Amino acid sequence: MAAHLKKRVYEEFTKVVQQEEIATKKLRLTKPSKSAALHIDLCKATSPADALQYLLQFARKPVEAESVEGVVRILLEHYYKENDPSVRLKIASLLGLLSKTAGFSPDCIMDDAINILQNEKSHQVLAQLLDTLLAIGTKLPENQAIQMRLVDVACKHLTDTSHGVRNKCLQLLGNLGSLEKSVTKDGEGLAVRDVQKIIGDYFSDQDPRVRTAAIKAMLQLHERGLKLHQTIYNQACKLLSDDYEQVRSAAVQLIWVVSQLYPESIVPIPSSNEEIRLVDDAFGKICHMVSDGSWVVRVQAAKLLGSMEQVSSHFLEQTLDKKLMSDLRRKRTAHERAKELYSSGEFSSGRKWGDDAPKEEIDTGAVNLIESGACGAFVHGLEDEMYEVRIAAVEALCMLAQSSPSFAEKCLDFLVDMFNDEIEEVRLQSIHTMRKISNNITLREDQLDTVLAVLEDSSRDIREALHELLCCTNVSTKEGIHLALVELLKNLTKYPTDRDSIWKCLKFLGSRHPTLVLPLVPELLSTHPFFDTAEPDMDDPAYIAVLVLIFNAAKTCPTMPALFSDHTFRHYAYLRDSLSHLVPALRLPGRKLVSSAVSANITPHEDPSHQFLQQSLERVYSLQHLDPQGAQELLELTIRDLQRLGELQSELAGVADFSATYLRCQLLLIKALQEKLWNVAAPLYLKQSDLASAAAKQIMEETYKMEFMYSGVENKQVVIIHHMRLQAKALQLIVTARTTRGVDPLFGMCEKFLQEVDFFQRCFIADLPHLQDSFVDKLLDLMPRLMTSKPVEVVKIVQTMLRQSTFLHLPLPEQIHKASATIIEPAGESDNPLRFTSGLVVALDVDATLEHVQDPQNTVKVQVLYPDGQAQMIHPKPADFRNPGPGRHRLITQVYLSHTAWTEPCQVEVRLLLAYNSNSRLPKSPWIEGGEVSPQVETSIEGTIPFSKSVKVYIMPKPARR
Amino acid sequence: IPPSRPGAGQDVGRSCILVSIGGKNVMLDCGMHMGFNDDRRFPDFSYITRNGRLTDFLDCVIISHFHLDHCGALPYFSEMVGYDGPIYMTHPTQAICPILLEDYRKIAVDKKGEANFFTSQMIKDCMKKVVAVHLHQTVQVDDELEIKAYYAGHVLGAAMFQIKVGSESVVYTGDYNMTPDRHLGAAWIDKCRPNLLITESTYATTIRDSKRCRERDFLKKVHEAVERGGKVLIPVFALGRAQELCILLETFWERMNLKAPIYFSTGLTEKANHYYKLFITWTNQKIRKTFVQRNMFEFKHIKAFDRAFADNPGPMVVFATPGMLHAGQSLQIFRKWAGNEKNMVIMPGYCVQGTVGHKILSGQRKLEMEGRQVLEVKMQVEYMSFSAHADAKGIMQLVGQAEPENVLLVHGEAKKMEFLKQKIEQEFRVNCYMPANGETVTLPTSPSIPVGISLGLLKREMAQGLLPDAKKPRLLHGTLIMKDSNFRLVSSEQALKELGLAEHQLRFTCRVHLHDPRKEQETALRVYSHLKSVLKDHCVQHLPDGSVTVESILIQAAAHSEDPGTKVLLVSWTYQDEELGSYLTSLLKKGLPQAAS
Repeated sequence: MAAHLKKRVYEEFTKVVQQEEIATKKLRLTKPSKSAALHIDLCKATSPADALQYLLQFARKPVEAESVEGVVRILLEHYYKENDPSVRLKIASLLGLLSKTAGFSPDCIMDDAINILQNEKSHQVLAQLLDTLLAIGTKLPENQAIQMRLVDVACKHLTDTSHGVRNKCLQLLGNLGSLEKSVTKDGEGLAVRDVQKIIGDYFSDQDPRVRTAAIKAMLQLHERGLKLHQTIYNQACKLLSDDYEQVRSAAVQLIWVVSQLYPESIVPIPSSNEEIRLVDDAFGKICHMVSDGSWVVRVQAAKLLGSMEQVSSHFLEQTLDKKLMSDLRRKRTAHERAKELYSSGEFSSGRKWGDDAPKEEIDTGAVNLIESGACGAFVHGLEDEMYEVRIAAVEALCMLAQSSPSFAEKCLDFLVDMFNDEIEEVRLQSIHTMRKISNNITLREDQLDTVLAVLEDSSRDIREALHELLCCTNVSTKEGIHLALVELLKNLTKYPTDRDSIWKCLKFLGSRHPTLVLPLVPELLSTHPFFDTAEPDMDDPAYIAVLVLIFNAAKTCPTMPALFSDHTFRHYAYLRDSLSHLVPALRLPGRKLVSSAVSANITPHEDPSHQFLQQSLERVYSLQHLDPQGAQELLELTIRDLQRLGELQSELAGVADFSATYLRCQLLLIKALQEKLWNVAAPLYLKQSDLASAAAKQIMEETYKMEFMYSGVENKQVVIIHHMRLQAKALQLIVTARTTRGVDPLFGMCEKFLQEVDFFQRCFIADLPHLQDSFVDKLLDLMPRLMTSKPVEVVKIVQTMLRQSTFLHLPLPEQIHKASATIIEPAGESDNPLRFTSGLVVALDVDATLEHVQDPQNTVKVQVLYPDGQAQMIHPKPADFRNPGPGRHRLITQVYLSHTAWTEPCQVEVRLLLAYNSNSRLPKSPWIEGGEVSPQVETSIEGTIPFSKSVKVYIMPKPARR
Repeated sequence: IPPSRPGAGQDVGRSCILVSIGGKNVMLDCGMHMGFNDDRRFPDFSYITRNGRLTDFLDCVIISHFHLDHCGALPYFSEMVGYDGPIYMTHPTQAICPILLEDYRKIAVDKKGEANFFTSQMIKDCMKKVVAVHLHQTVQVDDELEIKAYYAGHVLGAAMFQIKVGSESVVYTGDYNMTPDRHLGAAWIDKCRPNLLITESTYATTIRDSKRCRERDFLKKVHEAVERGGKVLIPVFALGRAQELCILLETFWERMNLKAPIYFSTGLTEKANHYYKLFITWTNQKIRKTFVQRNMFEFKHIKAFDRAFADNPGPMVVFATPGMLHAGQSLQIFRKWAGNEKNMVIMPGYCVQGTVGHKILSGQRKLEMEGRQVLEVKMQVEYMSFSAHADAKGIMQLVGQAEPENVLLVHGEAKKMEFLKQKIEQEFRVNCYMPANGETVTLPTSPSIPVGISLGLLKREMAQGLLPDAKKPRLLHGTLIMKDSNFRLVSSEQALKELGLAEHQLRFTCRVHLHDPRKEQETALRVYSHLKSVLKDHCVQHLPDGSVTVESILIQAAAHSEDPGTKVLLVSWTYQDEELGSYLTSLLKKGLPQAAS
């Protein structure tokens, strides 16, 4: 046999060589030598250790699909000869790896594999061989016959004494046990049932690893779509009390799976005649596992609880109920007491000792200390030692509460308690959870009190999460609102940086509870029925906060403005103007100023401001008919209008800014072309050319901004932007052509420009029809001529072309937002310099919010400018970015500063940059086939746009002391 | 295993339990009673051994944790009564225990002037006998006795101990806590299935509310008082709860960015805090995980207290000893602050009757101090219960985790224990005991004895049966050889060979009378055909000498000497074929079928 095989190998080997020689590619010539080398190596190997070394070396290199079979033959041949189990093991594992090679069909080696399996004695090698068979089997999912055969092999070896072999057999069964009954015949249908039964039998194996493997195999069957039988449920329940945690953990999973499959079937309760739904029973059992000895199981159980939504509500509510007692008397929980205090209208008086004294006697028989039911599962889970379990429990609570409003109401107390957890992650998680279920709940005052206490938390994340929560919370009483306001104002004084977040929070709080705010208005505005009170300071953030609350409430409460005093109206007008995103338009009686305010239900296109925008833009686009002077004026006027509009209407800010920028580019271009320099003879205007070249440079910058600073820019716009940039480049070309003497430098420039034009054409070929009559259109018409003409002529042509070019209409995209960033920290107000020893570094905390930045992890950089002009760019880590909401990001990072010693403190500037790379846009576009742009180009930075105000930080590097 | 107890059967304080297990004697804890000032405060050690030295009698002493009611009598026991054997405790206990003992000695001797008390030197000598153990470390005390410690929560270094001799084992819990708190984790034990679980039952009839409410209440009260500008006094005992409250306040201060100072009265505490810093691995998850950045016990906000600080203006929080306001610093501060209604005192634990703490808790607002002074208490008085014992549910949980065969309740009140006992018996179906002081409980155990089996025999027997089934007992034939206290199961042939014995054949013979007028030969033939038809899967042969064999069973027919009409069938079989032989006889006794052919 071996000799025969050897012969075959050589045959194949030579055959392969011949083939390869026909193929001309060099690379392939090396492959046959690989299997040959392996063969030679293996023959050379004198000891098993040597052979193992060779095999290990061999395994490091990949093998091509064509030569796999040859290699497999050699390996098999060696396998038969080999006595050392470790070498056989390695060979077996190599077989498995090889059979996974793409493009290789492993059915030919299956016979051999099964063959050697039958003669193998070593358990480890057996297990490895079964693993190989698994690899083969998964490679051939359609081949029913092979699957059946493999299943047979697995069943045969299930009785092996080694756990490893049994493990692998079960794995094989789980992965390959036949699925579709409809395809298989009746006889095989029986075999299908068998697989489950066979696996089920090994639930009681003596080895825990095998038990785990059996459960896992069962789960695998389920994952592959096989419907598990309900009988498994009882078996799985027994495994819940297994000694080993991995068995219990897997069993919990299995029970969960079965409960999802047969939620409605009825199971009897042992030791009584009652019967309950299976899902309830399973729920009770999993709840019980929440107090398991192993935290792995506890996490698993707590997680699964969350997804059991079909559980009946009284079972669900039991999870939150832990019957308290003290000296055999029933005791109320603190929650119940708090509730009672609340409902009796009494507030927490100075509580005395024994306030929580137990009241009623309990019947000793009725107390069940370890319930089989769900009692108190969440109470235990939330109090668990490991925070992983607590987080899992909070998540589960969240999921269950989302599906059941009554449960949401009940779990509130517990969630509120979690706000005081010792680990921030847990606190944050519970706040988020609360936010998610906030539609279903209304906070009681005492709960609100606890929630609000967290506002003083020093962690910014927690506070902000809490603000978000308050945005969508329902409060039941006016006292609650007042309390919330007071606490928020306290927060504001303690952490002034939270200003925006708090204002936003109050905006929602006001608009959600207009009727509750109404009775508070006189108090909040401190108005008096008879006396005029002093006018509050308009710049006080706290006062603004109060006004934001009131104005938002007034939006849906028409009676409220009657309570305002005169200065409130003035302040309203001011705030409406300055903080338009926080203050809604109000219908104020007798006020002309804002009486025309729009109601919310007008669609954007009917919105007058939007109409205004459209009209002014249309006015501009009819520009070419005007004289240059008038055009300039009109452009200037429109740009001003648009900027103002953007400030007023936050939702239109993006569009307005975008269009304004475009118009500015056009204005600059017109201005540059209006320059006198074009009329003067070349040598005379060296100096004047400044303006034109500066304009060209500025247009370039603006176009980059347009392209990369706005989210939602579509292809249509990109074409126009690129077109504008091309015009700027043309301008640059002609300016330099006029100012430089000699022809040599021009050659290069012309060449480059023509390349740009060509590039433009290639990129935007699909859009060219839209660019009728444009600069580029004309340019492309003349392209053949340009290619052949001299630089001077080229410049001349381009110049005329540029002057003749028309103004392209910029179509407005649907959704466009300008990327913006605000640096919250460092605040830049400190007069105390940050001192550090020169040569060492000092870490500066940078905290910024980014809005509408796409892919901030790659694009946002921090720049530090030192007074000596030295600039440093810092790439923040991807983990420094958080995503608190759609379109918003937070950058919290540390920037390391260092410098040589200074004589006195000086300011460095810190600002955020948006890095861009115009090439990166291209691969996404369909007109370029992928593969041409190397990944390195994609990530490189072509240029940067500053997009935040720079913040000054006072630093002082001191000379090092010796 | 008869555990007996010189102390702490059914009362709190003076824990001392004696366990005899597999011929070994182990003393669990060596506590004293805080309530007494005479001989009764120590357990009665003469009880253990009427005469003779303790060292000879006891194999080891195990201390579960450093509370004085668990270790207070140790120097007395080892130095004054005289015990030189090993004493086992965990590392933190070993570190903190002498501090407490020394402190206790100072109070007893220096303050109260007691004579006949152990000295500092005795404490030192005693601690030299201590062997420290790690968690989950199995310590071989001698060849047979081994002990293993499990985490118990409660206080720093508290442990549960498993004591094992051969296959018999006892788990002693000491005091433990199943719900984690701010600085310690929850008790945990594996499924060690001991023969006996000795558990404390201080809160046998209580199920406690979530600790979160308590913590929140506490923090809220402190916070409110501080915001008002008031001073908060928290009387504590130096170790245990104090550290928990410190951590609680420290993290709260950190979280809420509060600036009011927190003080901790000096003395004992600094040393103890030092040990808390050292034994980070014994604390809870949070502290263990964050200590890389900062050791939680290196308090940022909590500073050492100086007497002069009490008069400082502005808000502050002070932890002061002792916990019941009966003397010392806490009382001094209390007297200073009692007059201001902005101030607050929070009693974090139980107060013994007669102390100032108890008086103010029961609502007294005017206190008579020494020197006939009357102190009017205007400050707020709050009570917060922070206890680190397992409640009824926790005890049940532990019993469920360990799966013991028997449970023994100690360290609790008899009436309450009765309830828990009932519950345990009902839920787990195990025996539960609650002995009184000095009472001895004897538990019979059914020790499992390991028997070696030869592989050949096992394989042979395996081959006969069907698939091995782990859960079902199987019948096995073999010979048990007991030789120098080890047991082996071998096949009978090997046993014979080993013992040098010849094999005896045991044959049973039986006569069956058969009414058959025919000849013996024919009868034999009939018997043969009958048996052949009945015993299909056995080898039935008719031998030429007229006898019939079924496997190795021989059947011969002979005419009856007196009555020729009846034939006597002689059935003979060996011992090994007993089953088949008796079946055959009964079959033949029924007679042959009357099918005359």
